[in-house]
Amino acid sequence: MSTTPTREKRPPARHVVARVDEIAPGASKLVHVEGRDIAVFNVAGEFMAIANRCPHEGADLCKGKLTSLFESDEPGVVKMSRHGELVRCPWHGWEFDLRSGKSWCDPARTRVKSYDVAVEHGARLVEGTYRAEVFKISVDDEYVVLEL
Amino acid sequence: METPVLERSSEKSQIQGVVDCDVHPAFSKPDQLLDYLPERWKTHVRDFAVRTANPLLGTLPYPRMTPGNGMRRDSWPPNGGPPASDLAFLQQQLLEECNIDYGILQPLAAGSMAFNQELGAALCAALNDWQIDKFAGPEPRLKASICISQEDAKESVAEIDRRVTDRRFVQIAMPPRTLEPCGRRRYWPIYEAAEHYGLPIGLHTSAFGYRPNTPSGWSSFYLEEHYAASNSLQTVLSSMILEGVFEQFPKLKIVLVEGGFSWLPSLVWRLDREWKRMRDEVPHVKRKPSEYVRENFWYTTQPIEEPENNRHLLDILRWIGTDRLMFSTDYPHWDFDDPRFAFKVPLTPAERSAIFRDNAVELFGLK
Repeated sequence: MSTTPTREKRPPARHVVARVDEIAPGASKLVHVEGRDIAVFNVAGEFMAIANRCPHEGADLCKGKLTSLFESDEPGVVKMSRHGELVRCPWHGWEFDLRSGKSWCDPARTRVKSYDVAVEHGARLVEGTYRAEVFKISVDDEYVVLEL
Repeated sequence: METPVLERSSEKSQIQGVVDCDVHPAFSKPDQLLDYLPERWKTHVRDFAVRTANPLLGTLPYPRMTPGNGMRRDSWPPNGGPPASDLAFLQQQLLEECNIDYGILQPLAAGSMAFNQELGAALCAALNDWQIDKFAGPEPRLKASICISQEDAKESVAEIDRRVTDRRFVQIAMPPRTLEPCGRRRYWPIYEAAEHYGLPIGLHTSAFGYRPNTPSGWSSFYLEEHYAASNSLQTVLSSMILEGVFEQFPKLKIVLVEGGFSWLPSLVWRLDREWKRMRDEVPHVKRKPSEYVRENFWYTTQPIEEPENNRHLLDILRWIGTDRLMFSTDYPHWDFDDPRFAFKVPLTPAERSAIFRDNAVELFGLK
């Protein structure tokens, strides 16, 4: 067995991708980070991010509708949960879990990459090693920070 | 098991210049078609409205899961109006982004299904003028369909006669859920005209129709309606063959639009077998049904069936013949197929070219 050379892992970088008031609850923003298209969603004040392209036919997931999980134990009884935590592809309606990137219909094989997102105060960003090429950081505001 | 290819293809497109056989133009305002009606019918619509077999005017029988009766959620033009009503945005989002050289317009409006058949004929004429005025006139890549009020065969032929010299029309559009099965003689004058002019007839699956969407009535869910689409086209194919339409009009070209195609092999196997046993019942059907199928029918691809194992789809394509399939997007509807990423099966370059372009270029006489 030959050993495959391992590529050196670069430390994750943290990118400032939006001001929190830029993305309203239930809305999304498409951001471009290190050559990747990433859809950032505001789910009732919590921010979540996945790769923008649907693995089925390539639609922009940032244009999808946020939806809930619908389940039923028997015909006529419907439970809704996890409000707004799934995105429904704007074309064929495939649903992806924003927390894991897994598709609801075929979680083992069909998924999009999900990214860690946090909200940080401007004051902290000014001190830290965050990359914020397009934002002028104000210490009084809050920002959406994506780890890649 | 073969692993399905689900990743996006990295190349832009393997085919230069796709032909899209199913594009749905829309009115920019609900009463836009009235502008194309003569005063007599404009007044009539104002006072009596357009009555069709659909229960509620201005709606479809089943609510769709996205806003606006099942449109792609990203297809709303930035300058307002419904999806596919703004030519500039359609040119950008469909023709440019998807590398489409020609798009065949399939208007889905009530003209052919109005209860008042004179009004229906007027609405069809208005639809034909509107397609040219708003789409096929200003954009030569878009080709129009001659909409006809098929229950009135005489008037339908008159409308075909009026339009046929305008080469911007490349097919005749007739809905499949007709008052009687499509093979019946009441429709034969239309087929005679189509054959005479060499114009294909496109039968597009439709939410409009005189009949319920399934043979046992209206189904409960949109999911059922969506798949009932293939039933109506199976009825078209069987009826036209068994009534002897292609004995009478051997050069007639029929395009079954938006009904899928994976059902075709099993249907034709059955038709051939029963014909061998019972052909005395239909002595006018001189050849095996499969022979008419191979000569007189074409199918648009969207919505493409997507089996777990891609190889199964390939088997079906081989059986049907890649010379009978023509690519379509169904823009701007939610189940749109993108020519860059649809058809996740390994096809030879010649087969890809046939499906995505050449078959349609030849059938519609595009070049």
